[in-house]
Amino acid sequence: MVEFALPKNSKISGGKTWPKPAGATELREFKVYRWNPDDGKNPSVDTYYVDTNDCGPMVLDGLIWIKNHIDPSLTFRRSCREGVCGSCAMNIDGQNTLACTRSMHDVKDGAVKINPLPHQPVVKDLVPDLTNFYAQYASVEPWLKTTSPTPQKEWRQSHQDREKLDGLYECILCACCSTSCPSYWWNSERYLGPAALLQANRWVSDSRDEATGERLDNLEDPFRLYRCHTIMNCAKACPKGLNPAEAIAELKLKMVERQI
Amino acid sequence: MSYTESHGSPKPPSMRTPLGRVRNLGAAHSGTSDFWRQRITGVAMTLLMIPVVVIVMMLLGRNQAGAAQILGSLPIAVILLLFIAASAWHMKIGMQVVIEDYVHNEKLKLTAIMLNNFFSIAVALASTYAILKLSSGV
Repeated sequence: MVEFALPKNSKISGGKTWPKPAGATELREFKVYRWNPDDGKNPSVDTYYVDTNDCGPMVLDGLIWIKNHIDPSLTFRRSCREGVCGSCAMNIDGQNTLACTRSMHDVKDGAVKINPLPHQPVVKDLVPDLTNFYAQYASVEPWLKTTSPTPQKEWRQSHQDREKLDGLYECILCACCSTSCPSYWWNSERYLGPAALLQANRWVSDSRDEATGERLDNLEDPFRLYRCHTIMNCAKACPKGLNPAEAIAELKLKMVERQI
Repeated sequence: MSYTESHGSPKPPSMRTPLGRVRNLGAAHSGTSDFWRQRITGVAMTLLMIPVVVIVMMLLGRNQAGAAQILGSLPIAVILLLFIAASAWHMKIGMQVVIEDYVHNEKLKLTAIMLNNFFSIAVALASTYAILKLSSGV
């Protein structure tokens, strides 16, 4: 059955409040989820105070400031710090987003509350285990598949056909959408989730690809595709402004189209 | 740290590769029919809703003979029968989706889906029988 309560070892208990930095004039409170696989304890939420005059405006800047100035053990992923790599996806103030593109000033009054992406196994602190997510991406075989002889120069595509990939190719695989989807929470073993399905539609929509039918065959399943109930959390969460729900609806339309 | 050891993982330890787990038994190559039928029955119910409400209002406060007289009209009986077929089918598909969403124990899921089918067919047949009986004046 679906789990409505957290497993025993996931229940959050207490947490440490770290001292305010000396000499700081403007402070912002951060409440950050902590879990260490090595100490055998349950997760906790630690409270930190960030000197906003000494760090950049984004939530990621705050986290880096905490790591550099208060607690070097705080663990999170980050790389490009400009919304391109998707590494710093986390749940900030109740919404999945990228820490590097969410300003801490956009988080309303009170503490900036930061948790790892929901309903994923946690490796440590804010680092979720996305093994299943990446395997689902691999399962849609995200590469051009052709049987015609490879042309000497390139596979040609009209401007109109290229435009059909807009809104699909920009996905950075940050997992904000999939981990915001209740259907994915309950059935992530069998439902591919919005990110993998958006990517699937990116290849199904590619005029150069010659395996469209096989791709649709591979998706036609009550769980892989039809667990999407158009909840639209994915579109709300996407930090790149994409609409995975629409991409999934297009896939369903193509499924009906080839039957009728 | 491996996937299965990480905190909060709902999965039991498995040595299968992540891609093997995702591919699992392969695609069922079905689901589109149910998806399409759910839309057809949804549209049908939307179209039938107003006539059905009007018929129900006509039936309010009547005794059995009065109801039988109204239901004796062919268009009225057909509208109600269509509504019963569409709503029972829609109910069956919708409930199955809910069961598949939330019930993960395979035995319990199969039992629930079976009972859902029985219940939907029984409701549809009982309602159809009642309409036919009343409309034929037996």
